[in-house]
Amino acid sequence: MKRVASLVVAVLVLGTLLYAQNPLLINGAGASFPNPIYSKWFDEFHAKNPNLQFNYQSVGSGAGIKQVTDGTVDFGATDAPMNDEQLKTFQEKRGMSILHFPTVLGAAVPTYNVPGVTAALNFTPEALVGIYLGKITKWNDPAIASANKGVNLPSNDIVVIHRSDGSGTTYIWTDYLSKVSSEWKSKGSSISWPVGLGGKGSEGVTGLIKETPNSIGYVELIYAAQNNIPYGAVKNSAGTFVKADLASVSAAAAGAAKDMPADFRVSITNAPGAKAYPISSFTWLLIPQKFQETAKRDAIKSFLSWMLVDGQNQVEALSYAKLPKEVVEMEKKAIGNIQ
Amino acid sequence: MATSSTTVKGASPSSDSRSFLSRLASGDEIARLITFLFAATVVLITVMLVWQLWTNSALPRHKFGLRFLFTEVWDPIADEYGALPFMYGTLVTSVVALIIAMPLGIGAAIFLAELAPPRLSDTLEFFIDLLAAVPSVIYGLLGFLVVVPLMRTVIYPALNKSFGFLPIFKGPSYGVGFLTAGIVLAMMVIPYIISVSREVLLSVPRDQREAALALGSTRWESTWKVVVPFAKTGIFGSIFLALARALGETMAVTMVIGNTPKIAASLFSSGYSIAAVIANEFTEATGDLYLQSLIELGLVLFLMTFILNGLARLLIIVTTKRGSGMSNV
Repeated sequence: MKRVASLVVAVLVLGTLLYAQNPLLINGAGASFPNPIYSKWFDEFHAKNPNLQFNYQSVGSGAGIKQVTDGTVDFGATDAPMNDEQLKTFQEKRGMSILHFPTVLGAAVPTYNVPGVTAALNFTPEALVGIYLGKITKWNDPAIASANKGVNLPSNDIVVIHRSDGSGTTYIWTDYLSKVSSEWKSKGSSISWPVGLGGKGSEGVTGLIKETPNSIGYVELIYAAQNNIPYGAVKNSAGTFVKADLASVSAAAAGAAKDMPADFRVSITNAPGAKAYPISSFTWLLIPQKFQETAKRDAIKSFLSWMLVDGQNQVEALSYAKLPKEVVEMEKKAIGNIQ
Repeated sequence: MATSSTTVKGASPSSDSRSFLSRLASGDEIARLITFLFAATVVLITVMLVWQLWTNSALPRHKFGLRFLFTEVWDPIADEYGALPFMYGTLVTSVVALIIAMPLGIGAAIFLAELAPPRLSDTLEFFIDLLAAVPSVIYGLLGFLVVVPLMRTVIYPALNKSFGFLPIFKGPSYGVGFLTAGIVLAMMVIPYIISVSREVLLSVPRDQREAALALGSTRWESTWKVVVPFAKTGIFGSIFLALARALGETMAVTMVIGNTPKIAASLFSSGYSIAAVIANEFTEATGDLYLQSLIELGLVLFLMTFILNGLARLLIIVTTKRGSGMSNV
């Protein structure tokens, strides 16, 4: 027994010593949508800089904002930019402002299960809004049929499916609907869904769609691409039907780059540009403006600089769309604001 | 609790050290103190849980008051919250689960304890314990991939055709909804009912059976009229355990209930449960009122469990008094 006990003590002491010599830990928490690319980035960055280690927990955007506001993590991450009220709370609690840094782009795509229809369907903004408001209830409604000439749409009732858990995908989807429809916006019903069933997570939504004939839902582009889920094209602000892919999502960001505000809090749904996919969005890292520990500040600054150059070359392998060049240049300048 | 704590406190300073030491040496005092502390933790955890739920839901309690329990709206954008659809969903799915699980579970327990050969009974018990240990997400997957399509294509249409005149079997069916959630919950709680009821039935004294047989009753008569009533309290206990599990189940329910906060008479309709909405919305709940409303839902679930357990205990007291005067197991 004594031997075992002394062994345990030895291991504990050794462990503490090793831990003390561990690299500088920088903790972050937030959005789950960019988690795969963040994990890869933090891994590679650690391999290049063994004395720095980023630790990221994908707890969801809301929790990420809350934790960075409370100061329990060094940085946050979110799929929806913080609103003015949240910025105010941060300012009051921490006595400084918070900076948004776009990292990659994502998109939400409409996916469906209509028996007998194999062609990729086209959706106008009016059709999507009508379906999600519960005003368009049949698949052969003129609003859908007029954009899909030659497709034999059934007269069946549409089963509307949405995400039940809070998610960046839902944020993009509802942000788009409220931009193209004053009615959706005025109803303020973007998260309390007027119609439909809720699925938990991307897999829950796809599962429900597969199991339910005549259903429509939305998932992340990455999820659809990786699982070979067919999805439809959406009419953009220039009037062309565009299918989401890495190029059309980046094009949406480039279209919005000209009007990019200095704090990067911008919605790029329904962006201008003939090639732009309209239901796209940035995802952001949330960095407090001031750090007490200079080591942490420098680590975050060097990571951001690396992410904007080398990091961007790795995103397409994981099906994320790259930041447009203009945005990268703007962000490089913004890194200087971190003190 | 109060009396025992005073005696423990009073024991060490006032009584003379030798007798206290001797009691200490014999281990009685230590055993008593340690087990008392263990028992006290249960109370402590419950009190802390309620305290936390209560203090962290101050905002919605003040803003909505009792209205929280009677409103159907759940709108994070307008910051309006009401618990009614979730309470309804939790209650309906649990009741459906118990209606299905009770006869199946108790019937199986009677077979295993009274009628099956001991070797078969022990083998089956092994599988039942195994089922009780399966994580709920597995049941959820099973429900989602097998039960939901089956409900949509076979069971719902059949029920609708034969019993469509009843309001509970009306309306369109998507496969997900109250009935599906109830069935999946029933699958999850049946092992608890069987396992506990079987143990209780096996612990009924042998003389009870022998006396019944000696009086000329058949095997089934002795089981149904003597053994089962004798074990009634324990069987009820297994049902409460099942009810508690059904009320609090999260993962499996959210995968098959449709996740829409509404109240509908039809069991085919999609709904929502308290545990499911907390799990779904907690991580992305921005805004204090939203977050605290979810916590208040937790408080509501706790109270529902508390009240249902109280009612169940009342039921036991009433039925055992009316029974044949046999003592509790």
